[in-house]
Amino acid sequence: MTLSREEVLGRLGGVGYVADPQLATAIVLMQQLGRPLLLEGEAGVGKTEVAKALAAVLAAPLIRLQCYEGLDASAAVYEWDYQRQLLAIKIWESEERSAEEKERHIFDEDFLLKRPLLKAISMAEPPVLLVDEIDRADEEFEAYLLEVLSDFQISIPELGTVTATAVPYVVLTSNGTRELSDALRRRCLYHYVEFPGEDKELRIVLARLPGIEQALAAQVVRFVQALRKEDLRKKPGVAETLDWAAALVGLGVTDLRSEPEALHESLMCLLKTQEDQTVVPLEVVERLAGKAV
Amino acid sequence: MSAAVEILGTAGGGRLLARRVVGFVRVLRDNGFPVGLPEAIDGLRAARAAELGRRDAVRWAFRSLLCASGTDWRRFDQIFDLYWLGHGRKQATRVAGHKARGPQAGLPGGQTPAGPLGPVLHSQRGGGLEAEGGDGRRGGAGSAESLAATDLRHINDPEELVRVSDLSERLAARMRYRLTRRERHRRRGRRLDLRRVIHNSIRFGGTPMKLAYRKRWPKPLRLVVILDASGSMSLYSTFFVRFIRGVLDHFREAEAFVFHTRLIHISAALRERDTEKALERMALMASGWDSGTKIGESLATFNRGYAASVIKSRTAVIIVSDGYDTGPPERLAAEMRQMKRRAKRIVWLNPMIGWRDYEPVAKGMSAALPFVDLFAPAHDLQSLAALEPYLAKL
Repeated sequence: MTLSREEVLGRLGGVGYVADPQLATAIVLMQQLGRPLLLEGEAGVGKTEVAKALAAVLAAPLIRLQCYEGLDASAAVYEWDYQRQLLAIKIWESEERSAEEKERHIFDEDFLLKRPLLKAISMAEPPVLLVDEIDRADEEFEAYLLEVLSDFQISIPELGTVTATAVPYVVLTSNGTRELSDALRRRCLYHYVEFPGEDKELRIVLARLPGIEQALAAQVVRFVQALRKEDLRKKPGVAETLDWAAALVGLGVTDLRSEPEALHESLMCLLKTQEDQTVVPLEVVERLAGKAV
Repeated sequence: MSAAVEILGTAGGGRLLARRVVGFVRVLRDNGFPVGLPEAIDGLRAARAAELGRRDAVRWAFRSLLCASGTDWRRFDQIFDLYWLGHGRKQATRVAGHKARGPQAGLPGGQTPAGPLGPVLHSQRGGGLEAEGGDGRRGGAGSAESLAATDLRHINDPEELVRVSDLSERLAARMRYRLTRRERHRRRGRRLDLRRVIHNSIRFGGTPMKLAYRKRWPKPLRLVVILDASGSMSLYSTFFVRFIRGVLDHFREAEAFVFHTRLIHISAALRERDTEKALERMALMASGWDSGTKIGESLATFNRGYAASVIKSRTAVIIVSDGYDTGPPERLAAEMRQMKRRAKRIVWLNPMIGWRDYEPVAKGMSAALPFVDLFAPAHDLQSLAALEPYLAKL
């Protein structure tokens, strides 16, 4: 089932994800070519959300593999359940069975702990596999992942080779803390996620917080857009915008200018380092709020 | 190219379109995009699928397929327009000739082959690759020893220059050998890998006969070298560039930057296998020098743009500078403080400490000192070698 671009756009909108046609095109190509999608962009622009929305659109389960330094095969691919194997041996000690039979039983799929990668390729229906922050994993793991992504098969010495019955939709995200290999980049479709523009962010806020007033939402978005232009260490992401908007709704603020003090205090939703909070004192908040209205 | 068109032609979609797509992929490749025939084939397939009449649909499809990095992503539109919409053929060829993947791509500003670094680099051409030969481990021997103690300023003979440069490269190699050996020996105590012990004991009926130990993932020491290439340092730059090249060659994870009025990432240029090419690229990059040395501002660029990606848990930052900053000292102090928070150690090498009666009176220097873990001389090769035991302890 390959959806057209318009269908993808419509369905993404249906699950509350505001997408642009560029991303929809990438998703269509993902289905056509069976290639993974590599998402890059600053922290907080909503890269992980893409995978979640995709899973919702395709009504497929989402399998997530969070990468970190030192991630190895036993955490990413599979592992034998040693304790259960041991127990099984103890239980079977008294039974009259041949050693081969016992061994065959021990290395049965019942004792196999499937980790995300193996789980993703052994499902009957294609799932969405999210490989989050691939740049944090070691180069060795990246090379292994590349192999899995091109063949969609994993070999388990005791069981044999598991080949994917349904090729999963793979989404990789990267924050650019490490240069990814050219081989992986070439294997993937690429999408660079930028901070949404004013218009798009407003649509996101309205889609995610149906209870918010249009006027306040517009003010919030304009404020955050202006705040991102300030010299900050960590620019507030879309998630922060949503948090802040929800906080303002909860505080009963209807206009940003009305209570500058409360506004300034609620900025902890947006500015997450102490330095950034000192960079944006009350006066700056008032100035930005004045402009946003 | 024609072979590619043949393949694509048979893949369907008409020869003319195939020719245009191949041409486009070729232009992208000339512009440093990592694309080739497989991408061209997929591109053609996508172009046929994406209602050719709609230009934007083709653009979106090609962008997803053919870009591989943020830089590509931002440059794609321009190249696409130039090629498919023909906004001036002349311009298109200029974009095509402008080989941009590589360190120049990320640089602000142009690339005029001028400035202090240029001539300095060209003066020491030749005799580069031999230095990487098999004897890197032995380090300085024989007559080279006497050179080691000579202040680098007083070496003028060109042959001597080459030898000093080789020596510093070899020194870097020797440092790295010692470091890795110490790493291996430093491991004290081993940890049991419980899962594996249980796994191993299965065949002994649950008795742990064979113990398994957790392998420690060696975390390599990373080096980040930031070199001051300003006029007041130019007497030394040659040697340090050579030294840095040695460091980059022999450390698995090392990055190098040069600054004068602004900061430039030079690792990729220095990693060029061909020494002449490397120096040429360096000379190309050393551009737009003004007067004055902006240490604070350069470090700010580093902290903002590079620190997150090059500084990991075991990273030593080595700053090579005389500390003469034309910017405000507070700025330098603030940036040093920020860097200190990330880096495991900051080493400041100042060639002038080697001079008799030197006191760190330069305002910038005294502002930076509180954040420096090791403040050491670097006026001759011996002083560089003295760094090694310090780095090995990290």
